[in-house]
Amino acid sequence: MITSTLETVPDKAIREHLGIVQGSTVRAKHIGRDLMAGLKNIVGGELKGYTELLSEARDEAFERMIEQATAKGANAVINIRFSTSSVTQGASEILAYGSAVIVE
Amino acid sequence: MEILVELWQFLVVILLLILAFFTGSIAERRHYKSIRRREDALGDMVVIVAKTLPPMSPAPATTLVRGSVVISVDYFKRFLARLRMMFGGRIHTYESLLDRARREAILRMQEQARELGASMIFNMRFETSSISKGRKNAVGTVEVLAYGTAVIPQG
Repeated sequence: MITSTLETVPDKAIREHLGIVQGSTVRAKHIGRDLMAGLKNIVGGELKGYTELLSEARDEAFERMIEQATAKGANAVINIRFSTSSVTQGASEILAYGSAVIVE
Repeated sequence: MEILVELWQFLVVILLLILAFFTGSIAERRHYKSIRRREDALGDMVVIVAKTLPPMSPAPATTLVRGSVVISVDYFKRFLARLRMMFGGRIHTYESLLDRARREAILRMQEQARELGASMIFNMRFETSSISKGRKNAVGTVEVLAYGTAVIPQG
């Protein structure tokens, strides 16, 4: 599976467009991490727990998008974008979307 | 009795401010030092926002790479920012927070691209979100994501 933020795949013509594919996940932070984050809010610096949490969430959203593309029979997803929104306080939605295509 | 409690609370705030001032400035200085060192090391990895690849032969492989970081300012800087919000104007402490976060995210993306043997990153995008949005007095934590397409030369 080729993944790209570009609109084309180098040296490969697009045979078919299969439409948009997307994957998303909603995550809440847990108390243990929030405690450490509270401490870091005082001393400053990177909140490694949250970096990991969001990175894992993004991996999952990405995987779901790829699954959808595979189910459609695509061999590449192009023009991928990520988006984040906070649904409620303490939970955020991570979204990955792109165009599923078949390249030669 | 009540005055003692209030005095105690006041003391705690002052102590936290002093603690935050030292730990925060040490953390920031250390972070900038690490950013500059890694930026020098990754200086040959070009990151571009353009969408079209230059003609290359043989055609390169492309794949998505990303880097992200969640970073927070300290209590002292947040206190300064809150003061500044009363009068308006530039909030320097948040400017440096966002600068550090953006540069760190780009560096992590570049490091991932380097591991894949890439020479360039095309069509890079930023995505910024405030982690603790909506909660009172808690603007000071941001997540920055940088993502783009790594160009891996073939042959």
